[in-house]
This record gives sequence, C-alpha cells and structure tokens, in this order.
Amino acid sequence: MTALEIKDLGYSYGAKRALDGVSFALRPGKFTALLGPNGAGKSTLFALLTRLFVSREGRISVAGHDLAREPRAALSKIGVVFQQPTLDLDMSVMRNMRYFAALHGISGRDADARSERALAQLGMAERAGEKVRDLNGGHRRRMEIARALIHEPEVLLLDEPTVGLDFKSRQAIVEHVHGLAERGLTVFWATHLVDEIRDYDDVVVLHRGRVLAHRAAAKLREGRPLAEVFIEMTGGEDVR
Amino acid sequence: MTLYLTAMLAIIRREALRFIHQRSRFLAALVRPLVWLVVFAAGFRAALGLSIIPPYQTYITYEVYIVPGLCGMIQLFNGMQSSLSLVYDQEMGSMRLLLTSPLPRWWLLFSKLLAGVAVSILQVYVFLAIAAGFGIVLPLAGYALVLPALLVSGLMLGALGLLISSTIRQLENFAGVMNFVIFPMFFLSTALYPLWKMAESSTLLRDICAWNPFTHAVELIRFALYAELNGWSLLWVCLSFALFFAMALVGYDPSYGMTRRRKGG
Repeated sequence: MTALEIKDLGYSYGAKRALDGVSFALRPGKFTALLGPNGAGKSTLFALLTRLFVSREGRISVAGHDLAREPRAALSKIGVVFQQPTLDLDMSVMRNMRYFAALHGISGRDADARSERALAQLGMAERAGEKVRDLNGGHRRRMEIARALIHEPEVLLLDEPTVGLDFKSRQAIVEHVHGLAERGLTVFWATHLVDEIRDYDDVVVLHRGRVLAHRAAAKLREGRPLAEVFIEMTGGEDVR
Repeated sequence: MTLYLTAMLAIIRREALRFIHQRSRFLAALVRPLVWLVVFAAGFRAALGLSIIPPYQTYITYEVYIVPGLCGMIQLFNGMQSSLSLVYDQEMGSMRLLLTSPLPRWWLLFSKLLAGVAVSILQVYVFLAIAAGFGIVLPLAGYALVLPALLVSGLMLGALGLLISSTIRQLENFAGVMNFVIFPMFFLSTALYPLWKMAESSTLLRDICAWNPFTHAVELIRFALYAELNGWSLLWVCLSFALFFAMALVGYDPSYGMTRRRKGG
C-alpha cells in the first residue's frame, strides 16, 4: 500500500484545463518532489489532495483511503503545509500547535507531548514558548512543518514551502524535511527550484497539467544538471 | 464526541484570544453603537413620539427604544466583519487549515460561527453595561434572558456573513458590504423605528421591514430584554439561520469549490 496514489486525475477551471490525466503513486518513505514551472497545476493538485477542491475525474487515495469516499479517514493521514502561512502571529508556538492538535481531536497532555516531539524533530524545541511574531521566516515555516506532524500523518504535503525565505533558511528546511523522509515519512514537496532536489529523491515533473516524467532525480538528469533537463522538458518557462 | 468538542472549544478559544489581541476592534465595536445611543438618539428624542407598544408597559424615551436595535447592530457588524476577515486577511489561510481537519465540515463551520457569536455577545454585554451607566436600565431578568436570544440572532447574522464570504466576490471591500448589506438591513428594520411608524410613510417599507430577518433578530432581543418571548420572531430567525447556514455549507462544499471561483493556479 502506498501512502499516496493518484489515478487519472483531471480538473478544469471553466474551459481552462488545469490538470489532465495525472497518475502516479509515491514510494513510501521517500522524498518526492513535484517539479513544475509556475502555472503547471501544482497548487491545483495540492488543493485537490487536501480536499479544498473536489474533482469528478479520477481518484486519490491516501494510505488506502479513497479521498472521495472516506474523506475524513484520508485527511487524518495527511499533514499539510500550505504555501501561504497559516499562523496566529500573536500566539505562542505552543498555542499554535495546541490549536491544530485540537482540530484533530487531540488535547491535553497528549497534545503537549506530541507538539514537543514534533517541534524537536524540526529543531524548534527551545522556541515553544516564543510568540510566532518574534520568529524569523525560516523558523515560522519550520513550526508549520512541525504542526503538520502532530497527528502523525503518513504523508506530508508541502506546497512550495520555501517561497520567500533566504538561502540559509531554505537550506535548513530542505535538510530537515529530507531527514523526515529518511526516518520513514512519505514526503511530497512541490517546488520550481531544482536545487532543493537531491539525486536520490523521486521527481514528478508536471507541465501544463500533465505528468511528463516520474523517476529518481539521478535517472532523470543522467549526469546533466537537473535545471538543464527541466528547462528542456518544459520549454524553459520560469526556472531557476 | 469529545473529539468534536475538543475542536469546537479550541476554535472558540482561538477566536477569543484573537479578539483580546485586537483591542482596537473591540473599541470600534463599542464606539459605533454608543455614538448612536448618545448622539443620534438624543437628537431624535424630541422629534419622535413613541406610543406604548409591546413589550413596553409605559411610555419610553427614544434611547430606550433603540437599545435592542443597537445590540443587533453590534452582532450584524460582528457577523459581517468576521466573515470578511476570512476573505481578506490571512484568515483565509486559517480557514484552509480548519477545513483540512478530519472532522465534518459543517461542524467546523458551525464552531467557527459560534466562536464569532461568543465574541459578539461579550460586546453586547459591555454595551448594555455602558448603557446602564447612561441610565438605561432594563429589568434584571432581561439581562439573563437576552443571552439565548443573542445566541440565536448572532448565529443567524454570522451565518449570513459566512454565506457572503463563500459566494459573493463582487463586494471587494468592507464599504461594499456596508452599502449593500449592513445599511439596508439595519435601516429597513425595526431597529430605529417601530413598524407602525414605518407604515405611516409607506406600507411597502413596512412590508420590507416585516420580511427582513434583522427586524426579527432585533424584536427577539427587544422582547427578551423585557423577559418576554416573541415566538414569531424566534421562528423567523431560526428559519433564516437554517437557510443561510445551509447555503453557506453549499458555498464551502469542495465540489462547488470555495476558493475555486476566487483563485486558480
């Protein structure tokens, strides 16, 4: 059983086709990058995966649960980090964590223990008492990632989580999330930045709503720089 | 069930904390009705004669008449503001977070609604306390009995706000909502004048007022403040709530797409 499987997924905004016949399955315990230029359909795919949108075409299953038929069982297996921050700036890190835990029905000591564990995984344990407003962008993001782990999901979805961060913060986050995958979590990371991808990662290349390739980064680039291959595949649209 | 309550309490606690942190919002919410009470009502007092109508047992001054309407106004603004913050602040992000919870969506939205209502009730009570300071003292039982009335009317107005946030995108800012929702609802209601006074100028106006759910919210509050139940208004408010909330749920149903109309990419 794979943590996340997508079959023939399609979605349109009116006449505009955003996703078309998208199929792939994530290998468990792997960091899989969803690589695509802006407008490739990454955000639409994430909205469908988190059930903010629902499509009538195709199927999504999370840890064996069909998202359309058992949405709540499926959602409980997903951890999400959205592109836009979703934080309460005037509350402490711990309060933010507790709020999210409660949304998953976890409270009291259990919530605290899980929050501490998740924060520790992201190297954020000592910041639990700080106000989120006082954290820098990188730490805020790490808190959001930790928060997405409280309910111990099987798959972690991150939609361009490093947008707007400086190089060092980006590196730290890429490092941490790769660490999570090494410890067995299935990670699905949307990006248009090839330097966030390592050779042993899997890559799904999405372009104009279609999957162009799905294989290990090393195989995809075959000794050439990944950026070059990516530009070739997508016609050079918006890549760094 | 504890799962559900855990989430609901957390949503309410978060809203309360946010509210405490936004003191300016609290102040603005209080100043608005107080200006009406102190300035507007004082000026109108001479111009407007009010006869004895239920639930009032004696002649009342105009200030006394508009207190329930101003309670309604607080809730109306609160309902619209909390829904608009969903659309325009980073609150949209927190809404997404909310909706990815594995609990049923209607429960999450209802909790969110209840959280907003709790805040509005707090505002109303502070307003009533200040009004008492100005000499507008209501029957003691009224202060307790108005609580359930405020709960129902707050839910109805909050559901309307939620509905607006989920469907209408033309109202690009708060001014739009002021012009097209808050002002018509407030002025075409019994908040400022009783129905019979409206009828003196136009029966059409009176009919519109009689249909306006806000009128019934105000009447429900008015009667409750005098320890009486206005069953017809209660029914009307409950039906409006059911309708608005059901429509808001459709608006937030992912098959129809809450953000779909708003944002592609």
